[in-house]
Amino acid sequence: MTIKEIQDEIVEEFSSFEEWMDKYAYLIELGNDLEPYNDQYRVEQNILEGCQSKVWLHAWMEDGKVYYMGDSDAIIVKGIVALMIRALSGQSPQDIIDSDLSFIDEIGLKEHLSPTRSNGLVAMIKQMRLFAIAFKAQQA
Amino acid sequence: MSKINIHQIREQFPILKCTVYGKPLAYFDNAATTHKPDRVVRKIKEVYESMNSNIHRGVHYLSNQATMAYEQARNKVQIFINAAHSHEVIFTSGATGAINLLANSFADTYLSEGDEIIISHMEHHSNIVPWQMVCKRKKALLKVIPINSHGELLLDEFEKLLSTKTKLVAVTYVSNTLGTVNPIEEIIEKTHANNSLMMVDASQAVQHLKVDVKTMDTDFLVFSGHKIYGPTGTGVLYGKEKLLNEMEPWQGGGEMIKNVSFEQTTYNELPFKFEAGTPNIAGSIALGEAIDFVSELGIENIAEYEDELLNYATEQFLQIPGMRIFGTASKKASVISFLVNDIHPFDMGTLLDKMGLAVRTGHHCTQPIIDYFGIPGTLRASIAVYNTKEEIDRLVAGITKVAQMFG
Repeated sequence: MTIKEIQDEIVEEFSSFEEWMDKYAYLIELGNDLEPYNDQYRVEQNILEGCQSKVWLHAWMEDGKVYYMGDSDAIIVKGIVALMIRALSGQSPQDIIDSDLSFIDEIGLKEHLSPTRSNGLVAMIKQMRLFAIAFKAQQA
Repeated sequence: MSKINIHQIREQFPILKCTVYGKPLAYFDNAATTHKPDRVVRKIKEVYESMNSNIHRGVHYLSNQATMAYEQARNKVQIFINAAHSHEVIFTSGATGAINLLANSFADTYLSEGDEIIISHMEHHSNIVPWQMVCKRKKALLKVIPINSHGELLLDEFEKLLSTKTKLVAVTYVSNTLGTVNPIEEIIEKTHANNSLMMVDASQAVQHLKVDVKTMDTDFLVFSGHKIYGPTGTGVLYGKEKLLNEMEPWQGGGEMIKNVSFEQTTYNELPFKFEAGTPNIAGSIALGEAIDFVSELGIENIAEYEDELLNYATEQFLQIPGMRIFGTASKKASVISFLVNDIHPFDMGTLLDKMGLAVRTGHHCTQPIIDYFGIPGTLRASIAVYNTKEEIDRLVAGITKVAQMFG
């Protein structure tokens, strides 16, 4: 599936929740279900520090595709990390660089995208793209 | 019975009527900033509409009007904190601006290599970093008074830190994270007995309890305007006349100058010496209005009402299973910092927000406190004079609901 198709699928899933509580309960569920982060990569350079919560992010390349692993100490943020990984993991570096990640806004989590120090989500998206750029440079 | 008429007070804050996500707002982030009563907002408008002009330098009518209003606001602050002279009141951009001004002027005048400055473990970053910066510049040493698990300063340890090298002790009156009300007069007494100077950060005190610079005999005191129902971008540095006269100004330009030639500049007298550039004229005038608001209610009445709410909230909070309150000092102002079970503060804060409950989450710009307790941060509910018991009930219900969501 393309990044666009995955995003559409996520937006579709979230549109079934009428109550914000259900939306967040689902995010919490996604956070709890996120594949465990490998402690080997729980190192300083993989931490994105927001004022509110921490995010760990690791990426690697396999057969020309970029794969991500992530974690957060806050469950809601971890749920969003899970969504981001679902959207971008297993895609080519170029597709990741070109991606338009509008789904966060569309599923009604826009307040988590404020360009402040609050939760580092903007920093997370930027870091995922930076990994892709780095891998692309290695390919060239 | 409290003398506060809560209905009348809430009427003066239209923002309290707003809804967020379709829910009525209950605002518990007052330690970060308070809302502004109608009269303060109107005052800002009035300044721009009827007297907008630069101060102290025009011969014309509007400039005189603005100058008088600005100086009247200074008089209001003087009376409010009981300073000996109005020129001991310096208007700044906030408490952070005031501390930076003081730190730089103080360091240039009084601080030499090997000297020491003492702060405490419960300081806001604004009362840590400026001192770190000047200590680095002057090769001086910064020392820290430790705290105990209740969030109280260890005064015995403080006494051990005092020495002939101690030039200044800079301590907060009330902790923004823990709510602790420090025994500030005792600290000042010990500081003076050691022949050192004292600065009190009253940013979390002036809106909750009586602050009297003469009775406490502090050398310097700072607070910000926006935490005492005034506009953002306003604040005060108080200093004893003699010390302010001795100190070098920090920033140059504008009203702080008497004579300038390329060879030499003579500085203006107090308080203008420390007010470089065009200040926040409308803001400081409106801060005077906020002080009128507080004075008319009576700071003692405010304190009594807030104490009532704090005690009620604390009792209710402690009924919630898994509740941990950080900051259990015997004397507290209206702040409750807490965690429930292992729920991350960001998670709980996000969900409370969706219920219209505004609390602060994170480290509250006091990372050393958070590190001391070894936690990722806290949720902080801070109470102002316009909060109600009903709002506290809603908050307690909200916290309980979130705790259930996390099982």
